[in-house]
Order: sequence, then structure tokens, then C-alpha cells
Amino acid sequence: MTEISLEKIKERAEIDAKRNGYYLNPDPKFLKSLLQGLKKNEERYNYPSCPCRLASGKIEFDKDIICPCDYRDVDVIEFGACYCALYVDEKMHTGTIELSPVPERRPLEKQAKSYDSTTKEDQTKKSEIIEEAKVSKLKLWFCEQCGYVVYRDEPPLICPICRAKKEMFSKIKTQIIYSS
Amino acid sequence: MVIFWVYQKDNSDIMQFSKIPGIRNEHKVILFALSTCGWCKLVKQFLMENEVEYDYIDIDLSEENEKEEIRQIIRDRGGSVSFPTTIIDNKILITGFRKDKIKEALNF
Repeated sequence: MTEISLEKIKERAEIDAKRNGYYLNPDPKFLKSLLQGLKKNEERYNYPSCPCRLASGKIEFDKDIICPCDYRDVDVIEFGACYCALYVDEKMHTGTIELSPVPERRPLEKQAKSYDSTTKEDQTKKSEIIEEAKVSKLKLWFCEQCGYVVYRDEPPLICPICRAKKEMFSKIKTQIIYSS
Repeated sequence: MVIFWVYQKDNSDIMQFSKIPGIRNEHKVILFALSTCGWCKLVKQFLMENEVEYDYIDIDLSEENEKEEIRQIIRDRGGSVSFPTTIIDNKILITGFRKDKIKEALNF
């Protein structure tokens, strides 16, 4: 079991929030419970998986929900908060908008790995898996100011390297040319 | 105070719930939660503050077969398998911390 202090967990989250233009949950009690959840997960799984999702305990199945999870950026952009509400945007931070639950966007096929998947319903899920897979809209983006490149749905709120705003990001168009 | 209560489905699988007693006990309230989740804590707190009697399971602390069983229970009622999930009187399913929906279902 890895021992890690709550202060360390908080510091790590604060640094990450600042770098990406986010804020931590403004409610001190809520924030503390999330940080405690992360601490517990890091201690029992050896990685800080999302406190509000059921982890399998196997890193190969849980890597998308290790905080900050793969869904954080799109959720903060769409809902103003990530799924567990550890990371929020400025409006949530200042209390302009009240925090409300964020729907789960993690694909069902990945969620299923946390359960005993030796059951009959695996067959019926196939169609849902295909549907979920189509949803991914990952693109390459680059910062016009410093050249930082990132692969995700939307450009970051601010460039983690030079602090340029979202508007400074442009899509990179990729073209594959086949020569004989 | 925590009293253990046993839930039986098809007389085969037995699950252990923790019971939180309350004055408002006319409805059967079941909560599936995670011990680490902030939203789940809010539901627990909300129910307690309103003196609602409920039974809960922290699914991350459950046995593997129980986890699957809980997933089936939620799916059978058309819910997305995320936590917190509150089931009232075995038919109304509420995903997430929705104060208004809980209040409406419990008539207060």
C-alpha cells in the first residue's frame, strides 16, 4: 500500500488545474471528500482513479479514469465541471452557476471491465459499443503562439505551455499521400 | 447506528446493506454508492438531514459477484450504471444527486 498525504494530492490537483485553466471544486467539504477519495484509490490501487467511478483495480482497464481522467476536458467545456466535480471552470468556481451532476460519458464497454464480465449480457452490448466508438472526435490541435500540439476533442482552455487562450488553437489537417 | 439488512433476489444472491434509520420510513429507499465519491456523500448527507430511512451499499467495497448483481439491478430498471443511484420503492430510479427528484419521490 502506497502512503500518500492529502496535502500532496491537493497540491497535485492544484498544479494541474492552474496549468490547464481550471479551478478545484469551490465547496471545501466537497473538495475534501474528493481528495480523500483519490487518496484512498491511490492507496488501494496504486493509482488515483476517479473517486466517483468504480475501478477494476487493473491499470490496463482503468487508465482512462486515472485523475485527471480522459473525459475531464470535454466535460468541463460542456458542463463546467468534470464527472466527479474535482475540476470546474471559472463560472462554477465563482458560483455564477450552481454545480449539478455531470452525466457519465465513459463508454459502456470500458465501464463493464469493472464488473464480473463473464455474464450473458455481453452479447447484447455489442451494438452499444459500436455506437459509443463513433462518438470519439479526437483531433490534432496546435497553439499558434508556441507550437504546442495536443490530440483531443476540443482545444484546451489555455495553452499549458505559453498560457495562450483557446482561440489561439487551430486544427491540424492531416493528409495521407500514397505514392507508388 | 448501523444495522445490517439482507436483500434477496431469486432466493439466490444475498447482499448486505447498511441501514440508516430515520423518521421518514414510509418508502423503501436503497442507495448504491461508492465509498470514495463526493456526490454519493451528498446523497447520504441529504437523506440523513431529512431523516429519511435508507439502506446503502458502497459497491467499491463489495464482493465481485455483488458488483455484477448491483449492475444488473440498475440496468433492469433502465438506469445508467453510475453512482450514486437511488432506488425508491423498488421502482423509481434516480441517477446522481438530484435533490428535487428525491424529494418528489418521497413526497416532502
